[in-house]
Amino acid sequence: MRLSAPRPSLEFHRPTPGEELIHFEHLKKSFGPKRVFDDLELSVNAGETLVVIGGSGTGKSVLLKCLIGLLYPDAGRILFQGQDVTRFREEDFFAVRRLVAMVFQGAALFDSLTVGENVAYPLREHFPELSPEELSQRVAEKLALVNLPGTEGMMPADLSGGMRKRVGLARAIATNPEIILWDEPTTGLDPVTTQSINAMINSMKEKLGCTSIVVTHDMVSAFAVGDRIAMLANRRIVQAGTPEEMRRSTVPEVRAFLDARRAELEPREVAS
Amino acid sequence: MSTSVEVSPGASTELSPAEPTPSISARIRQRLESLGALAVMTGKVFSRAVRPPYDWGALVYHTESLGVRSMPIALLTSTFAGLVISLQFGFFLARFGVQYTVGRVVILTLFRELAPVLTALTVGARIGSGIAAELGSMVVTEQVDAIRALGADPLRKLVVPRVLACLLVLPTLTVLADVIGLLAGALAVNLQYGITLELFFQGALDTVFLSDFTSGVLKGAVFGVIIGLVGCFKGLTVEGGTEGVGRATTQSVAITSVTVCLADFFITKLTLYL
Repeated sequence: MRLSAPRPSLEFHRPTPGEELIHFEHLKKSFGPKRVFDDLELSVNAGETLVVIGGSGTGKSVLLKCLIGLLYPDAGRILFQGQDVTRFREEDFFAVRRLVAMVFQGAALFDSLTVGENVAYPLREHFPELSPEELSQRVAEKLALVNLPGTEGMMPADLSGGMRKRVGLARAIATNPEIILWDEPTTGLDPVTTQSINAMINSMKEKLGCTSIVVTHDMVSAFAVGDRIAMLANRRIVQAGTPEEMRRSTVPEVRAFLDARRAELEPREVAS
Repeated sequence: MSTSVEVSPGASTELSPAEPTPSISARIRQRLESLGALAVMTGKVFSRAVRPPYDWGALVYHTESLGVRSMPIALLTSTFAGLVISLQFGFFLARFGVQYTVGRVVILTLFRELAPVLTALTVGARIGSGIAAELGSMVVTEQVDAIRALGADPLRKLVVPRVLACLLVLPTLTVLADVIGLLAGALAVNLQYGITLELFFQGALDTVFLSDFTSGVLKGAVFGVIIGLVGCFKGLTVEGGTEGVGRATTQSVAITSVTVCLADFFITKLTLYL
């Protein structure tokens, strides 16, 4: 029972790059009669960009939400830096959420706050001791990092889809997290903006040394940013490997995904 | 002649996807579960409300947006309530030849019942649905998840200031409704039946006790908490996208109205025998 579970001591083991950072172990989750995960196994190594691909409604976002406690799995464990977060209470996740930031699908910016206030939001929560000058300096720094300098005073409603995503990223990295979770970062964006978001995912890894988990169904993005790719289908991870291994995969679900994309890009025969 | 259209079994399942109608016991269980969840949320909201840090800015903002902007509708309702009950009572009390007692009856009816209940029903529908729609939209656009992911507590950030604002706003509007309703009633009987304002107010103030006034204000406070909590709960538990937001909004109005009427009965019972 979650209520009677002993409060774990929140000592996180910091892994060295390449060491296992997160491990989803025998994870089960259902929503009413709909089973989303059945014995799901997946591990994420420190410093890598792992892309989780899968069809719509396969529960890719659920995986990310379980990691930071926005949803609770029904069974199984999620080991994060040596701690089983499925035994955490809501207040214990505070420490996890400072280390793990999430960039939401629709950016999830607070409509009533300006861009600057949006980016300052997690800073106020996690670092209440920051002075207003330090706060605005930090906000400006993060907005510059996502190529949106000087936009502090704008309202989210005035921004384009790509800009909203980037403000969402600036807000996520405001607390200097170690892990960034990307929920469908390129969905609904034009190809040029998609490319710039992909470049941003890669640059975050270079500039901040972050580990990233990217959830997407966009294969082009997956191959552009992923160090490893994992395919979620039939309620479990059917294959995980390097982009090259995935390209050569013989697993039917992975093949179907790759071939569908290839067919889409091939020129159509036009009847004369 | 038969004009029935034949539908193949395959087509019918395609039109109506397999979604079993929940049995009565399942529905009762569902209702009890949400009642339990609402009770848990109520406990959490009050335990957070009394502990620092206090967000005075948010409280002032919501009191202004929920209260001040509800004033016209509350005052308009109470004006007409005051006019109508004065005319009614004036007319029927005249049959017994005691129309000079109209002030006494009107003040008791207004202070104890009409002002708090009508304010709660009209203002409650306005602000309860507004809260449910706003929070519901935030849930649908993942803003509530974002609040949690960024290390904040949605109950403290969203629910506590709104419920406290409702707790302040409803009793205040009830007092205003008392005054405006009484004035409107006095004018109505003065013009219609020629009862002087002095006679009306003298009768009224001779009859009314402080407890009549406070019981109305207490009702306002309880109704305020109900409106705030139900609106926030329905908003935060939205499921099924924008359609769910619409459903939550209408449900919050229905639940608030019924709960206000139920609570009114029990508070009346309690205050009459205390």
